[in-house]
Amino acid sequence: MAPVTRGFGGRQHAQQPELPPGQYLVEDFPVLSAGPTPHVPPDRWELTVTSETGEQLRWDWDAFHALPQEDVVVDLHCVTRWSKLGTSWRGVSLDTLLADVETSADHVVAHSYGGYTTNMPLDELLHHKAWVAHTYDDEPLSPEHGGPARLLVPHLYLWKSAKWLTGLTLTPVDEPGFWETAGYHNEGDPWREQRYWGD
Amino acid sequence: MAGAALLGRLTWRTATARSFTAETASARTIVLEVPGWPGHLPGQHVDVRLTAPDGYTATRAYSIADATNGDLVSITVAEVPGGEVSGYLAGAMEAGDQVEVRGPLGGWFVWRPEDAAPVQLVGGGTGLVPLVAMVRSRARAGARTPMRLLCSVRDPGSALYSAELALESTRAGGVAVTWQHTRVAPPGRAPGRIDADVLRAATFAPSARPTCFVCGPTPFVEAITALLVDLGHDPARIRAERFGPTGGQA
Amino acid sequence: MTDHEPTHLTDADEAAVDDAYVDGNALAGDLLEIFAMDMTTAVGTCGGCGRTAVLAAARVYRRAPGVVLRCAGCSHVLGRIVRAPDRVVVDLAGLRSISARLPD
Repeated sequence: MAPVTRGFGGRQHAQQPELPPGQYLVEDFPVLSAGPTPHVPPDRWELTVTSETGEQLRWDWDAFHALPQEDVVVDLHCVTRWSKLGTSWRGVSLDTLLADVETSADHVVAHSYGGYTTNMPLDELLHHKAWVAHTYDDEPLSPEHGGPARLLVPHLYLWKSAKWLTGLTLTPVDEPGFWETAGYHNEGDPWREQRYWGD
Repeated sequence: MAGAALLGRLTWRTATARSFTAETASARTIVLEVPGWPGHLPGQHVDVRLTAPDGYTATRAYSIADATNGDLVSITVAEVPGGEVSGYLAGAMEAGDQVEVRGPLGGWFVWRPEDAAPVQLVGGGTGLVPLVAMVRSRARAGARTPMRLLCSVRDPGSALYSAELALESTRAGGVAVTWQHTRVAPPGRAPGRIDADVLRAATFAPSARPTCFVCGPTPFVEAITALLVDLGHDPARIRAERFGPTGGQA
Repeated sequence: MTDHEPTHLTDADEAAVDDAYVDGNALAGDLLEIFAMDMTTAVGTCGGCGRTAVLAAARVYRRAPGVVLRCAGCSHVLGRIVRAPDRVVVDLAGLRSISARLPD
């Protein structure tokens, strides 16, 4: 049994009922990075959606901005236990991006500049639950928070909201991504506290 | 260090704070007593774990500041705004309080007193801590290894161990110590960052083939190692220890 | 409640975000716990560019859900370490080989 360190209170974060289990509230916006931050100029940026047959849709920055834009206010929950409430974003709904895609695939892998990947069932991205966001708090999304554009899937832990997004690949078979292959939960629902393998 | 000690290092040991020395307005040295401590080499670090009454724990690594000395392990901690561990260690901790430590750790950023090659130490801010352990180990071993220390600090008040290093610098056979001030310099000296001219004036030339130990914040280490390589130092003789942002909880 | 954040050389947060890495040195404690020997002096060969270096000199990104070890030459992911309450997951697939001196 470890000795208690007298005078060390720790974080003393009381569980707040509006937060998922094990989370605490932050007011700032912590930056996590698993590697060098890509700096992608918008005029070099592109987003592709690739179906399981290899059929591909492609948008450059202007074409992407010509799509219907949505403003959303959502709560963020990071698996490292911080949550940030009421964040404001603008972007394109995945329902819009995937509307013209012919697919029978059930899974999606998101690909980022820099090589990051994350996976989720296609259904998690539809029904007005996910966006590709390019604006945060009325400002262009900064590189450290995933700009030019990031995936935003706020009902899952934040590692699913891939920063520096450049591609979505539809796959018939589930293909676990960067953290999902290294010990983190394949689904990552914060309300069910699906942090690690086996949770 | 014997293999027998190695397995012992896997365990967390209870450490008791015995004394404190104020180093600057925001940094102090803590002497911990760690029964069964297997000894360490200068440059090594320890993991320090704090446990709150509710079971919450927080772990950070700190460079060891002193030469190996029985069961005593010194660390120097600068308080960082919002730092839950450094705030406790640099502030609330009192003599008799207990933490856990694991170590000594790291076999790369270490200096062995029996190594005869000249040693160039370059530190930024609290990056001086593992370097002063090398200076102290050299003195304790009575080694004559050529050793020089160049340390960059914001202002004279931010200099760790300044009185001790002033004595070391004037001691016969002692380590030559040079301070570089980035923001506020003492009268008669201009503030500025370490550049190639400073390195040429205050450090061993590449022809002396020194082993270089560089420790500080990541941008500092990047800049110094690049300058050293440009001056002609062998990259294979440069050992670096960067410290940067805190982890997971961010 | 236990915090499973990786260890840190200091609390200092002076580095810019793009410099959000430290050296492999910082993983000495975690690697010792896993391998029961000092792995920071082990020599690894990058599976991306073939560069050979001690793990102490690799780049460590730990301000993340897990610890990511990258090649200092080409940034290739050498390894990942994730700590869960009841296990640690180690993936060193990005290293072509590791050569470590056995303890005496």
